Amino acid sequence: MGWFKRLKEGIQTATKHKKEVPEGLWFKCDECKETSTMKELKECFYMCPKCGFHCRIGSHDYFEILFDNGWSEMFEELQSFDFLGFTDLKQYDQRLQDAYTKSNVSEAITVAQGKLNNKSLVVAAMDFSFIGGSMGSVVGEKIALSIEHCLTKKIPLLIISKSGGARMMESAFSLMQLAKTAALLTKLAKSKIPYLSLLTDPTTGGVTASFAMLGDVNFAEPKALIGFAGPRVIKETIKQDLPEGFQTSEFLLEHGFLDFIVPRDKLKERIDNLLEIF
Amino acid sequence: MVFLEFEKPLESLYEQLDKIKQVGQEGDLDVGPMISELETKIQKKKKEIYGSLTGWQKVQLSRHPERPYTLYYIRHICDLFIELHGDRNFRDDKAIVGGLAKIDGQRLVILGHQKGVNTKMRQYRNFGMANPEGYRKSLRLMKLAEKFGMPVVCLIDTPGAYPGIEAEERGQAEAIARNLFEMAQLETPIICYVIGEGASGGAIGIGVGDAVYMFENTWYSVISPESCSSILWRSWDFKEQAAEALKLTADHMHEFGLVDGIVKEPLGGAHSDREGMAATLKKHIKQMIRELKKIPTDELIENRINKYRHMGKFREIVTSVEE
Ligand SMILES: [Zn+2]
Repeated sequence: MGWFKRLKEGIQTATKHKKEVPEGLWFKCDECKETSTMKELKECFYMCPKCGFHCRIGSHDYFEILFDNGWSEMFEELQSFDFLGFTDLKQYDQRLQDAYTKSNVSEAITVAQGKLNNKSLVVAAMDFSFIGGSMGSVVGEKIALSIEHCLTKKIPLLIISKSGGARMMESAFSLMQLAKTAALLTKLAKSKIPYLSLLTDPTTGGVTASFAMLGDVNFAEPKALIGFAGPRVIKETIKQDLPEGFQTSEFLLEHGFLDFIVPRDKLKERIDNLLEIF
Repeated sequence: MVFLEFEKPLESLYEQLDKIKQVGQEGDLDVGPMISELETKIQKKKKEIYGSLTGWQKVQLSRHPERPYTLYYIRHICDLFIELHGDRNFRDDKAIVGGLAKIDGQRLVILGHQKGVNTKMRQYRNFGMANPEGYRKSLRLMKLAEKFGMPVVCLIDTPGAYPGIEAEERGQAEAIARNLFEMAQLETPIICYVIGEGASGGAIGIGVGDAVYMFENTWYSVISPESCSSILWRSWDFKEQAAEALKLTADHMHEFGLVDGIVKEPLGGAHSDREGMAATLKKHIKQMIRELKKIPTDELIENRINKYRHMGKFREIVTSVEE
């Protein structure tokens, strides 16, 4: 099938990495409302220095936290486009343009290879700032390529999920990415290459219902929203309020769908320990 | 007969036909010519209406209250069917049915979403919205098929996996993800048909196959037109537009290469000739099994994974760093 269109249509300059956390001198925590300096926040791995609340961060922040020094990004050349001519209140192309400007990443997932305490690792990390971290064709393809790369090089794979689900503007193409990523993961499993799945706030919909739940080890950051259906949809369906703590990392751990919860300042060490054993 | 909004022109024609038939029964008047004239008219009108259905109209047809569901097909296709219940873990999900079957001597496992045929049964079947145990029951049956070398047939007809508190507690996402993973490498042929609604994860959760077909008047999408309207248009009123934008019809899906083909329905939809539709499906299943059985298992799985591997559309741009 000729889906892979090679369109050399323009030059894109390398994007400067912008943090999801606003720049500035001061940080006011959404959770405890306390104020800290940005420097303190950054030193605490973007966890509130006062209460430990995990701020949403982007792919590059995770790379910085996890990799020893430097990393090389992969598959940056892949770009989404509006092949269905999808227009709701906005054209999909316009949404993409807005996302490029607003988020400064080129897709909802960025893949990088580097060393974590001297161990090779491929990390595919999602960015919520890019159309809600939604999974369309490019996200699926980048995951597929990451898996194939890990297969060839025999390197473990870590996927950091952060997504509202499948990207509606690519309709069934997005839906098929669930099957595509899951199918490719079977190859990784057969080759006995470890696949670690980290779920962060929020991970819902088609991402949870595919690769995010299929890790050899599934783990999450504290208090992340994780689920299949979004809380609003559930509330509308059952016409009741949702219980306290519903669909949090802690809730999933309790119900047996996570192996453990790990705070961000212990993340690198924990992954290192896992890689030590696998 | 139930007529949908766009079928109203047919309703009056059928009413006329009934009246003439009555007149014919009551008197000696020869109504034969009038009947055949009306029947020609109806046929012409049907071709006109069903030949140019919009996306939303097909969505409505896929939900037609008289449309046959999974158990209807199973009963009309299989010489033998033993329903198997339960996921061996929590309970039996009534929104997905399945079991061991025989079609003209061919053993197989057949399963699918089941909607209720009346108000009471619709609730009993949870409107065809499965909980995690439904997907886990399906997987159990598929593994049984694999073990005993039987092909699997999945009939898809769901408005979505059930969004409820307990569904989340029991891991709706994990159940669907697990099925996608296991179905990708199941060592036996899998044949899937969208027989009605193909909504999102709830559909694909039993929808990974070597041959995936859609009935002519069905839809398959990442989200229902109503939910899409509510999220992207921030109102429930744009379902028609959403249905068009999502390009969710069998024609679109086949054109995109996301399904392998389309199964023709009788003029007027599957419900207008239920037995005919079942016969068509039976023939199709037999043909698919015949073809897929010839392929060695390794090759079958490799082809299956490759098929999904190539789904997706994107551009490749040349990146140059300008500092
Ligand atoms: Zn705080």
